[in-house]
Amino acid sequence: MTLGKVTEILEGEVVLNTGDMETEIPSACSTDLMSDLLHFSSRPKSLLITGLNNTQVIRTAEIADIKAVVFVLDKRPDREAVEMARQKGITLIVTRLSRFTACGRLYAGGLGSCTGENR
Amino acid sequence: MNIREVVDSLSLDVKTEKGDLGRTVTGCYISDLLSDVMANAKEGEVWITLQTHPNIAAVAALKNLACIIITNKRNPEEETLKKAEDERITVAVSPLSTFEVGGMLYTLLRC
Amino acid sequence: MEANKNTEGSFHLTGGDFTNAGAASSELKSILTNLNISPDIVRRAAIATFEGEMNVIIHAVAGVMYYLITPDCIKVVLNDMGPGIPDIQQAMREGYSTAPDWVREMGWGAGMGLPNMKKNSDEFRIDSVVGEGTTVEVIIKIKEDKTP
Repeated sequence: MTLGKVTEILEGEVVLNTGDMETEIPSACSTDLMSDLLHFSSRPKSLLITGLNNTQVIRTAEIADIKAVVFVLDKRPDREAVEMARQKGITLIVTRLSRFTACGRLYAGGLGSCTGENR
Repeated sequence: MNIREVVDSLSLDVKTEKGDLGRTVTGCYISDLLSDVMANAKEGEVWITLQTHPNIAAVAALKNLACIIITNKRNPEEETLKKAEDERITVAVSPLSTFEVGGMLYTLLRC
Repeated sequence: MEANKNTEGSFHLTGGDFTNAGAASSELKSILTNLNISPDIVRRAAIATFEGEMNVIIHAVAGVMYYLITPDCIKVVLNDMGPGIPDIQQAMREGYSTAPDWVREMGWGAGMGLPNMKKNSDEFRIDSVVGEGTTVEVIIKIKEDKTP
C-alpha cells in the first residue's frame, strides 16, 4: 500500500512530506510504547500509527527505520517534532480517526503487520 | 456482540475467571497511555493495549470498560489479574500485534 | 571499510534529559551508516544502543556511552551513576519495569529495554552495584558486505 493510499484511507492530512507519497509501505505497527516499537520492528519501512506526538516518537521511529508516522485523533506533532522528522526524512500524517478505526481501515485494506507475518 | 463472541472470533486466551463473558461490547479503544484511556475511552468498550501492569485494571474499572485485550504475547502481571478479578473485568491475551487484533475486531464489530 | 581501522568515541548522558534522549544513539547510527555497515546491522546496533541510552536517562543520574567500531564488530558500553539493579534476572524479564508512571505516559517504561538490548546484540553483559550504578556492554558482529 502506498503512503498516498494510506492517507486517503485515513482521510488524513500530510503535515510533512519528506519523500514520495508513492512509496510502498509493506506493514504497519500501532503502539504508544517506544520499546515495543523497537522490539517488534523486524520489517523496515513500516508505518507507525500512534497517539503519542512528542519528539521521542520521531527519534524512536528513526532508530526503528519507520518511514512514516500517523498521529490519530487529530494529535498534531509540535514544531520540534516536525523539524526532527524533516531532518530524518520521516513523513508525518495526522488523522481525526481513532487508533481503532485507523488500524481497522488499513487492515481491511490489506496492510500487513510489522511483526513479520505475511498476509 | 458480547465478550465471549469476541474471544472466540479472535482466538483469545482468557486469563480471568470472574469477568462476565456475556457482557455486551459497545466498541473498542486502542491506547497504551493511561491518561488517554481515562480521557477518551467509553463505557462498554474493549480496550486493546500492550500495557500489563496493575494500573490497567484500575483504569478499566473506573471507565467501566468491557474487557482488556493484551497483545503481542505480553503477559499480565499477577497483581494485574488479581485486581481485574476483584473488579470482575475480563483480561484476555493475544499473540498477534495490536494492529492485527484491532484490525480484526474492527471488521467483526462492523458486521 | 578499511581493514584494521577502528572508530571510537563517547557521549555523555544526563539523567532526566528527555529533550535530548536518543540523540547519542542517533548520532552513532549515522556514524555506522557512513561506514557502510549493512542496514540490518545498523538497525540492531541502533536499537540496542537506544534502549541503553533511555535506561540511563530514565533511571540514572548520569552516564557515558562509549563505542568502538572495528572491522569485525561494534562494541557499545553504557556506564551509569545511578540506583543500580538489585535483581538482574528480574530486570531482564520482559515487562518488568521500575519506571515511574509519568515515564510510562511518555511512552517508555514498558519493561522491554534490557530484553531488547539482549535480543539485538550478539554478546550482552550487565553488571550492577546497588547505590552506585550499572554497566551494560553489547557487541554486535559485522558481517562482510556481500555486494562486490
